[in-house]
Amino acid sequence: MTEPGKTFAWFEERLGIASMRKFLAHKTVPVHAGTAWYYFGGITLFLFVIQVLTGTLLLLYYRPSPGEAYESVQFIMTRVQFGWLVRSIHSWSANLMILSAFIHMFSVVFLRAFRRPRELTWLSGIALLGLALGFGFSGYLLPWNTVSYFATKVGTDMAAAVPGVGHHIARFLRGGNDVGGATLTRFFGFHVAVLPGVTTLLLLVHLALVQKHGMSAPQWAEQEYVRKHVPLPQMPFFPNFFLRELMAWYAALGVLGSLAALFPWELGIKADPFAPAPAGIRPEWYFLAPFYTLKLIPSHVWLFEGELVGLFGFGLLALWWVALPFWALDRKGIERTRWVTGAGVLLLAYLATFSALGYWK
Amino acid sequence: MKRALAVLCFAASLSAADMCVECHSVLDGNLQAPAKAFSNDIHSRFGFSCADCHGGDRTASDPEQSMSRAKGFVGKIPRTAIPERCGHCHSDAVFMQKYKPRQRVDQLTQYRTSVHGKRLAAGDTAVATCIDCHSVHDIRETKDPLSPVHPLRLPETCARCHADAGHMAKYKLPTDQFAGYRKSVHWEALAQRGDLSAPSCASCHGNHGAQPPDVASVAAVCGTCHVMMEDLYKGSPHAPVFASMGAAGCVVCHGNHEIKRPGIGMLAGPNAVCSQCHDSDSAGGKAAAEMARQIGSLDKAIQKSDQVLAVAQQSGMEVSEALLRQREAKEALVKAAVAVHAFQPAAVQKPVQEGLAITAETFHAGASALDERRFRRVGLGVSLTAILITMLGLWLTIRTIESRKHDAETG
Repeated sequence: MTEPGKTFAWFEERLGIASMRKFLAHKTVPVHAGTAWYYFGGITLFLFVIQVLTGTLLLLYYRPSPGEAYESVQFIMTRVQFGWLVRSIHSWSANLMILSAFIHMFSVVFLRAFRRPRELTWLSGIALLGLALGFGFSGYLLPWNTVSYFATKVGTDMAAAVPGVGHHIARFLRGGNDVGGATLTRFFGFHVAVLPGVTTLLLLVHLALVQKHGMSAPQWAEQEYVRKHVPLPQMPFFPNFFLRELMAWYAALGVLGSLAALFPWELGIKADPFAPAPAGIRPEWYFLAPFYTLKLIPSHVWLFEGELVGLFGFGLLALWWVALPFWALDRKGIERTRWVTGAGVLLLAYLATFSALGYWK
Repeated sequence: MKRALAVLCFAASLSAADMCVECHSVLDGNLQAPAKAFSNDIHSRFGFSCADCHGGDRTASDPEQSMSRAKGFVGKIPRTAIPERCGHCHSDAVFMQKYKPRQRVDQLTQYRTSVHGKRLAAGDTAVATCIDCHSVHDIRETKDPLSPVHPLRLPETCARCHADAGHMAKYKLPTDQFAGYRKSVHWEALAQRGDLSAPSCASCHGNHGAQPPDVASVAAVCGTCHVMMEDLYKGSPHAPVFASMGAAGCVVCHGNHEIKRPGIGMLAGPNAVCSQCHDSDSAGGKAAAEMARQIGSLDKAIQKSDQVLAVAQQSGMEVSEALLRQREAKEALVKAAVAVHAFQPAAVQKPVQEGLAITAETFHAGASALDERRFRRVGLGVSLTAILITMLGLWLTIRTIESRKHDAETG
């Protein structure tokens, strides 16, 4: 036996690579007009891996204290070899990952990939999107600049508006009555330990569920081939789909590199907790829609505080959206196609319009 | 009518209101105006009544009683008596303690030393008294933007008389001060930048003790704010010369009301003030030219660094440290401009050299940032090419795999 053959046999005995190859050879992906949307799940995963890698590199220099955080990021941007690239890729990749996750979510809605038996895949995906937003919120504060400091103040103030437990939630997030050094330490802890741990576990569950149930084909595609009396075409996952996914990852890498090189993520001005909040403070783009909605709600709605009414409304909206696989079918098990499409279009229109208004106004 | 007024006044008296205001509010024209205006008056807000200045009984509903001479009613206060009338309370430290503990109580004393006060004492009732500046019946706090003596409105208040040629004719005073002031750097700071600490009329002339500063005290007046310049000027060769000439220090070069933004154009060039006394070949002329050259070189170096740093910043390069250093270079430029008041090129040279050293550093930082930008773009081009080639390779591999499979399936 040749040397490479020996090495393979050694690994085969311990890992069972042949069975894995056999398994991959049998795994297929449905081919239809919406197949391209399948790539966004993989792109989100790819960007998450980039986040982990660049985040680990940033950890080598970042210092999570109000006296050193800003300066350490400044040091990374100006003194560390390719530090600017690592930080810019980390920041751009975070935003692209959330964008990609949203596209993935809406593609799942419009392709009806949440249908039975994939309800848990949907729920784990929504939870992962929530965790991604948590990554964004906690990571935004870490450079300790003026915009991030006051945006965190506004964000944690919103949490405080929740009746009963709001004050405790805000105190827990801030580590005190106001945003300060304790908040920075906590957010850093959430960002580099708690959230990555929970996300990794949930991601494994999500991928295992995708693996178990396979890729969902939309009903319209299935029906089209039923009418033709031929089975829905399938593409081998490995190597055909995998190589296409790899192309998508390279394209994402190209976009990411271009953004990082042409528009390096800015550092801003160091936060001064004693300075008044500058005009035009706004959160990251993915929080703009609820932020702008809360701005539009009057201070009092009937007997209740406007902010409270807004938060209650968002809570109901989130619950309704999470429960999508359960209300998408009527009592007879027939899909409410128009309702689901309508809900998806309405939510997409709301998010796009209010985010744009929040950005420009 | 009289009966109706009496009924209204009686009704108001039952609510323990100020009867002067209540009754005058329902009268017409000039008799109503003070009562209407008084609601905005600071005295009204502290509970004072018309009767506290004009005498009479504020509680009486019967006009005969409320405006009774027996109860001290004086009616319209003669202009010559106004300062004493206001000073009756405002000069009483114990009384003022109750309302405005931090307010000065020497306004009347100061007024008596002013040109206004002296002329009024001599019987000239055309000069300004308290009410001409502070207004009457709607007197507001100085910090109230509607007050005529609020810093932003004070120049216009003084100009009401001092820019009025007819009013000033008998005093033989010029009336162009306000027009000149409105072209000055001080007006620009006050009105355009909203800097309430910027000097206006009262800052140099005094407010209650208003009078023009004499020749000897001009430098002291300007030095109240421009401390460093005053110190350098006093030690300069100009101070004894100007004093012997009877020239008013700072005013010789900068003017008085129309004080323009200073620049190197004052030292050299067609509008140089130095050239009014010094020939360009004289030692003074050469010194002025040298100081202008030094300051000009630092100014140009700062602009050059600003430009390169602005381009770098717009390209997203991190140059905040250099921008911070740039502020120090600008401070050195200010120090150099201040040092001109020593009228010695050597005094200007030190801050200029410090500033030039900083600008060399900041320019280098900006230029390095632009080099780095070029490097990044080249790196991006190479990376994108590599990515595209890899994607092309992947695409060809997929096509090869799929065409082989297709061939195998179709035989």
